[in-house]
Amino acid sequence: MVKILSTRYGKSSGFKLLLAFSVIILILALCPQFLPRFFVYLLALILISGLQATSLNVALGYGGMYQFHHAVFFGIGAYTVSIMLMKTNLPPALSFLAGPMVAAMLGFIMGLICVRLSKLYFGMLQLSLGSLVWIVVFRWYSFTGGDDGLHGVPVPALISSVNGSYYFALITSIVSLFMMYVILNSPFGRILQAIRDNPERSEGVGVRVKLHQLVTQVIAAFFAGVAGVLFVTVEGSAFPDLLSWTLSLEFIIMCLLGGWFTFLGPMLGAAIIVSLRTLVGVYTEYWTFALAVILMLLIFFLPEGVLGYFQRFSQVPDHSPAEDK
Amino acid sequence: MDFSTSITFNGLIQQFLIGLSRTTILFIVSSGLSLVLGVLRIPNVAHGSLYMLGAFLCYTIASFLGASSLGFWLAILLAPLVVALVSLAVERGLFCHLYDREHLMLLLFTFALMLIFGDIVKAVWGSEYRSLSPPEVFQGSLSILGMPFPKYNLFLLCVGPLVALALWFLTQKTKIGKIARAAAVDRDMVAAVGINVSWVFASVFVIGCYLAGLGGALVAPTQNISQGMDHTIIMEAFLIVIIGGLGNVWGALLGALIFGLTASMGILVWPQFSIVFPYAAVVIVLVFRPKGLLKATW
Repeated sequence: MVKILSTRYGKSSGFKLLLAFSVIILILALCPQFLPRFFVYLLALILISGLQATSLNVALGYGGMYQFHHAVFFGIGAYTVSIMLMKTNLPPALSFLAGPMVAAMLGFIMGLICVRLSKLYFGMLQLSLGSLVWIVVFRWYSFTGGDDGLHGVPVPALISSVNGSYYFALITSIVSLFMMYVILNSPFGRILQAIRDNPERSEGVGVRVKLHQLVTQVIAAFFAGVAGVLFVTVEGSAFPDLLSWTLSLEFIIMCLLGGWFTFLGPMLGAAIIVSLRTLVGVYTEYWTFALAVILMLLIFFLPEGVLGYFQRFSQVPDHSPAEDK
Repeated sequence: MDFSTSITFNGLIQQFLIGLSRTTILFIVSSGLSLVLGVLRIPNVAHGSLYMLGAFLCYTIASFLGASSLGFWLAILLAPLVVALVSLAVERGLFCHLYDREHLMLLLFTFALMLIFGDIVKAVWGSEYRSLSPPEVFQGSLSILGMPFPKYNLFLLCVGPLVALALWFLTQKTKIGKIARAAAVDRDMVAAVGINVSWVFASVFVIGCYLAGLGGALVAPTQNISQGMDHTIIMEAFLIVIIGGLGNVWGALLGALIFGLTASMGILVWPQFSIVFPYAAVVIVLVFRPKGLLKATW
């Protein structure tokens, strides 16, 4: 981690950044000691949405793939762990591992079909496959509970309390974020960004574009599955809305708001949107109206997102696409 | 998993006709979406909201004008026009500044519009169900091969081909249709020969949205008018446009036929999962022809 940060930002600022992150993590770890229960719950939701948005951004911001229906992997992760906990006697740890694995498998299958095309066609294809999964989950009453969803999932006692689930979400998302960061800064991640900036030229120098996109899809789906599992530990339920297309678009908005060419942007975007939803939701039922206005302002005035906007003015090298397209 | 074994010929015909009348609505809505997608290249997520708006407006205008059948016909006529006006304002006010942006941005922008329209409908009409009865001429049902069939659906079956014919005439025979098709291929070149492309785009957008409103107004007497109509129809319309080929109006017709008929036939085979059939059909089509059945315009 230090090595990657140091090579990217210079030795001293690499350590400074690591120090800053350690302080943030320490503060987050101490939060349950002095914050009311509701805010701890809210923080856990932010972490989960942030993890989900970051996993989306691996494909969307770094891979340049129009991942229109990323919520499917989130929902499948959540459903897998719920169904395994409720209907089988397998050890819980196995169920928690199965969530991301099944999501990754689904990502692989959908990826095989989708990566044949690119850009808008890719997104549309994913949308149609994802809605097939959604409608099956929505209708299969005997297995998934249909539109009622599954409630009262028997999550192990250790991680089902508010603080327990918070710490579980915190640790898991930090580990996942770290893994995604390493992946994106590996040669693989560099190639991925090259593909985003110029697929034809990448193909020309011998990169196997489709294979890289497929692997990216699997990675993104895996971490989305992790986020889905975390969601079940916090909420104790899974319902078809987790796979809905509008939720997918909401995650895309998080990426966009935070800055989709930055690593931590989606996390920031998730924090802003989840807290705003709670805050605005207190005063009015028209929360989506506020979201829409934010989105419109964003598209008109801040297309690079909050973090991207600040990065442009600092000297930090960023992940933005090359200018000459 | 009880497959119903008693599929009779008459039942088959009845489901076929019901599927066809559903196809009509789907075709009207998705052809509008396809038009906008093909010419302006905007994946207009708010299209479904305009459909919902059309249905609610039709209900309100019809109940304002009284229960006479004249009120109903006026509502069918006026509601899409109001929707078209709204879309004109949106296009001139917001969209025309965004044409050079990426598809993703345009999609998210229309998503914002969808949220706003959804909230407006919630604020104006509330969240309870509304229903509208068809005019007296089309109330009740006919008996076709011994099976009852709603008269209003027969009316829908007549409207569908008319709309298709009108669209064909508009795109192939009129000047604006020809210009729009040219602009879909190369907008810079069209602008270079002295045509105001911005207004061509605006009119195509308005026609597309008019079709969404028309679909909504026509569907109003056949189902409950409620919030959430927009979510279902936009998903279906998008899938239809994708399997038909982006921007191809005939593709939209073909896609709507596949979607509508698999749904209604699916009821005979496996009622609980009937809604899954059209989605499965879409996936099967896309596995073999990922760019849609007919040629996309771009």
